[in-house]
Amino acid sequence: MNYLPDKKGHFGQFGGKFVPETVMPALQELEEAYLQAKEDKNGFQAELQLYLSDYAGRPTPLYFAERLTHNLKGAKVYLKREDLAHTGAHKINNTLGQVLLAKKMGKTRIIAETGAGQHGVATATAAAVLGLPCQVYMGDEDIRRQKLNVSRMKLLGAEVIPVSSGSCTLKEAINEAMRDWVTNIRSTYYVLGSVVGPHPYPMMVRDFQSVIGKETRQQILAKEKKLPGYLLACVGGGSNSLGLFYPFLEDEVELIGIEAGGLGLSTYRHGATLARGSIGVLHGSKSYLLQDRNGQILFTHSVAPGLDYPGVGPEHSYLKESGRAKYYTVTDSQALEAFRWLSEIEGIIPALESAHAIAYLKKLAPGLKRDDIVIVNLSGRGDKDLEEVGNESPRGKV
Amino acid sequence: MNRLEAKFKKLKSEGKKAFIPFITAGDPNLEVTKSLVLELEKRGADMVELGVPFSDPIADGPVIQKSSQRALKKRISLLKILELVRQLRQKTTIPLVLMGYYNPIFKFGEAEFVKRFSQVGLDGLIVADLPPEEANDLKKEADKNNLDTIFLLTPVSSEERIKLVSASSTGFIYCVSYTGITGDARKGEEDLKELIGKIRMLTSKPIGIGFGISSPQAAKKAASLADAVIVGSAIVKRIEKYRGNKNLLREVGTFAERLARAINVN
Ligand SMILES: Cc1ncc(COP(=O)(O)O)c(C=O)c1O
Repeated sequence: MNYLPDKKGHFGQFGGKFVPETVMPALQELEEAYLQAKEDKNGFQAELQLYLSDYAGRPTPLYFAERLTHNLKGAKVYLKREDLAHTGAHKINNTLGQVLLAKKMGKTRIIAETGAGQHGVATATAAAVLGLPCQVYMGDEDIRRQKLNVSRMKLLGAEVIPVSSGSCTLKEAINEAMRDWVTNIRSTYYVLGSVVGPHPYPMMVRDFQSVIGKETRQQILAKEKKLPGYLLACVGGGSNSLGLFYPFLEDEVELIGIEAGGLGLSTYRHGATLARGSIGVLHGSKSYLLQDRNGQILFTHSVAPGLDYPGVGPEHSYLKESGRAKYYTVTDSQALEAFRWLSEIEGIIPALESAHAIAYLKKLAPGLKRDDIVIVNLSGRGDKDLEEVGNESPRGKV
Repeated sequence: MNRLEAKFKKLKSEGKKAFIPFITAGDPNLEVTKSLVLELEKRGADMVELGVPFSDPIADGPVIQKSSQRALKKRISLLKILELVRQLRQKTTIPLVLMGYYNPIFKFGEAEFVKRFSQVGLDGLIVADLPPEEANDLKKEADKNNLDTIFLLTPVSSEERIKLVSASSTGFIYCVSYTGITGDARKGEEDLKELIGKIRMLTSKPIGIGFGISSPQAAKKAASLADAVIVGSAIVKRIEKYRGNKNLLREVGTFAERLARAINVN
């Protein structure tokens, strides 16, 4: 399984390069540069390693959540603390890699899209430390509900460009970033924030995020002398989940991805691409999609902006079809409840995205044996969500 | 010989270049689209490109984005466009080319799409986000049914890509005037001479130039380099301005006529 994608960027029937012709040479250039960097152990890889450790604070801890474990009365629960990485989410693993690559390629300008703002902040951060100008596309609705991250990006020297078309969320931000890229293809490097988009992005972002799974594997073996039974992560585009899963693909470990159930799957106001979607092509690759019968892309909804997206990475579609990974959904209200619950019980305020995985843990863990191990990827911290959670909560508890 | 090939042959023998206007199917509605095609033909169009609206048109600028949105509000689908083409074919033999994005076609079913559209008399297809690498299945069907598949080249295309795209294209090769999205007035002109020269070395297939051509002067210049000139946003902008106005056909027609004249003035 680890040999995927094939040379043309396909994961079985998924993936590929469905882009305007202008982008094709840039994708080839990127692929060549990336494959070279990947093999450049003493150069690129060593430099990235140094940034990841000394700058971003890796490895992030694998934390045994004792109170959570007692409370759930089932499996032993560990949390992979991506919330403790610099900028507060896993996104920095990918952006340091990509911006470093952009620099090696001689690109002079960085662009990105962002939903929750975490990828925007992480890109702005990497661009700042590596000395490149950065512009981030962000939907109006996300600017409204992730104000903290907008301020952070600006402070980091990035320009935030509001996008006011369609649902004004992540999908439209990617559309605009792609239009910018097509227009400024010679000078500009597009830092995509998840395992989506045309080849080589899904492969490259997966590789950069695999540091999560590699560390987790070593850490759990050191602590427990055995592999976990279950890995759990939320799925927006799918980068934190794939980063955790990938180094375990060949192991007997259950891989579980949690999508945004929004207001419920029967309402059509959700982001449950794998649970409810059908196969199609969006943003450069073939994958599951939320679309109508005419192939028009549907609007989505999630309380978590990072999960509010009608597509998903092609490798996840492949893992779903092959049965290697399982995907379930959690609603807004379950995620909000988990957001408070983890804060109170473990003193960790999770990002609303990550809270989806925690909510599913609550369903899963009590049914498991005491010596089963579940590892949840805590993909980010929840400071960015406090204001919005206050709005969502009639109890006004936050 | 299909209609596109025949048209290019005829124009060539007359020493003329093709004028290809683009309009979005269903903007402002399908009845008007039908009248517009006939009006454009009357005013000198040699072929017409019909845009298939898509929710996420990443290769399009604001003018065509908005046009697509208006058409989608009218619930325009490929099935309705199929009916439009069928009706148009009862009135005109002008070559018709669909331009759109891949997902609606994929969802429709590639084989089904090609079969039904070629049956009603569609002549060619341009898919903005489908490079030759991903088009094998669609192309196989299209070739079988004599439907032309037009791929694109741009100022950043390498020699390798020029070879691939030229070999894959039938009907004509679509040369994009600059790196960018449709209708971008901010874009300075790129020097296309070199690109066109390279393409000509590799193929004798006709070449069309499109993107951002907004005036008779620009159309004339493009015509001096290529075999066909495609004008989209500048026409769609006028449809936007005059939609719901009784002068729509006349306004768009007059503009089209100026473009057509400029393209074939010597
Ligand atoms: C904290 C956090 N977790 C998860 C996600 C979802 O993205 P992905 O599925 O690529 O990990 C985001 C995206 O913004 C995020 O900020």
